[in-house]
Amino acid sequence: MFQQFSLHHVQFMLVGLSWTILLAAVGLIGGSLAGAVLTLMRISRYRLASAFARAYIFVIQGTPLLVLLFIAYFGATYIGFDVRPIVAISVAFSFYAAAFLGEIWRGAIQSVPVGQSEGAHALGLSGPDTMVHIIAPQAIRIATPATVGFFVQLIKNTSLASVVGIIELTRTAQIVSNATFKPLEVYLTAAAFYFLICFPITLVSRHLERRLAQS
Amino acid sequence: MTYLDFSGVLSRTDLLIRGAELTIAISLTAMIFALVIGLCCASMLLSPLKPLRFIVLGYVEVIRNTPFIVQVFLVYFGLPSLGIRLTPLTAAILAMSIYGGAYTSEIIRSGIQSIAKGQIEAGRSLGMSPLQIFRYIVLKPAFSAIFPSLASQFVLLLLSSSVVSAISVPELTGVGNDIQGITLRNMEIYLVIAVIYVGIVAVLKLGCLAFERIVFRFKYLGR
Repeated sequence: MFQQFSLHHVQFMLVGLSWTILLAAVGLIGGSLAGAVLTLMRISRYRLASAFARAYIFVIQGTPLLVLLFIAYFGATYIGFDVRPIVAISVAFSFYAAAFLGEIWRGAIQSVPVGQSEGAHALGLSGPDTMVHIIAPQAIRIATPATVGFFVQLIKNTSLASVVGIIELTRTAQIVSNATFKPLEVYLTAAAFYFLICFPITLVSRHLERRLAQS
Repeated sequence: MTYLDFSGVLSRTDLLIRGAELTIAISLTAMIFALVIGLCCASMLLSPLKPLRFIVLGYVEVIRNTPFIVQVFLVYFGLPSLGIRLTPLTAAILAMSIYGGAYTSEIIRSGIQSIAKGQIEAGRSLGMSPLQIFRYIVLKPAFSAIFPSLASQFVLLLLSSSVVSAISVPELTGVGNDIQGITLRNMEIYLVIAVIYVGIVAVLKLGCLAFERIVFRFKYLGR
């Protein structure tokens, strides 16, 4: 009949956890690349570019991630890409992360005092030089706590990939729960795994925030 | 690339409208409960009793560092092991309230702490009664300070309500899954659903902005 909830199942869930982390890492890297482009578009003086970035962020932030995942899952084949679901879902997480990172980073860049770029201009630095040597180093310090905090959100949100059948931690928990019929124990175990991963990162984010507030 | 055909989806507008209504209804209900939980937790966080603070902090941290879908599964599939059997709808509202409560309690706490002590002292020296002080000096400014955060928290709660389709609640995403099963037009239906969500969020954001402009006029005075 039903299997006993045992160490084997926990090991199986740990395999799922590694996919969770992989998915979150891919989302963070892909999201950072796309998010950087989005940030530059958002602050650019070309109206069209900044309007596009604004619209993109508004639409992505106004759609449930689950629906975005469904669109990516079914959409990949629609556009004619014959890719495995995990690839489509990774791309979806990247697009999702880009919207949030783009907004966080724009805020950070704009919170660097105007005097800084004026000073750079007075010293004869070019636009790109000002960005790379003056604005970016300060903006990165400001943006780090929120970016780390968003990574926690991303790790938690990879759990939604279970709904479209990606075998990550939540999906393995579902499988084990169905086999053992011990949903409470199994989902508590899954929750504990998520907590053990997310809570330390939350603490790091909070520590960075405090240090920033003190300086 | 196959062409898109929206006719099957658009002929089921009545289902979509019912789904959207349920989405808004469960989000509103959960937000009200979340506000109550948040208010209780925030006052407990500011209390001098250490065990009380510890419990609330634990609740907030655990909820904020675990995925919402796992919380939903725990409430819907896990609680029956303890003899508590809930309908999908009740389980969804309960999970959303617990989830939202953890976030709102942090927001409300920061709002209460944002009131400077000197303000209250100034009110007292002007001869205001404690009730007047609470109403004009603590409540209104604190509420106006946290209103934007609460509004965006409500938007997040509304978006996360799509997750409860996983326990077969027929809200907007759940209805979408059903229509997908009937028409097999998966791409079209999720595009339409996404547009509806973006529309709801847009209206909500505009409404909140207008509310802020009207109710918290004093913030914009002299600017």
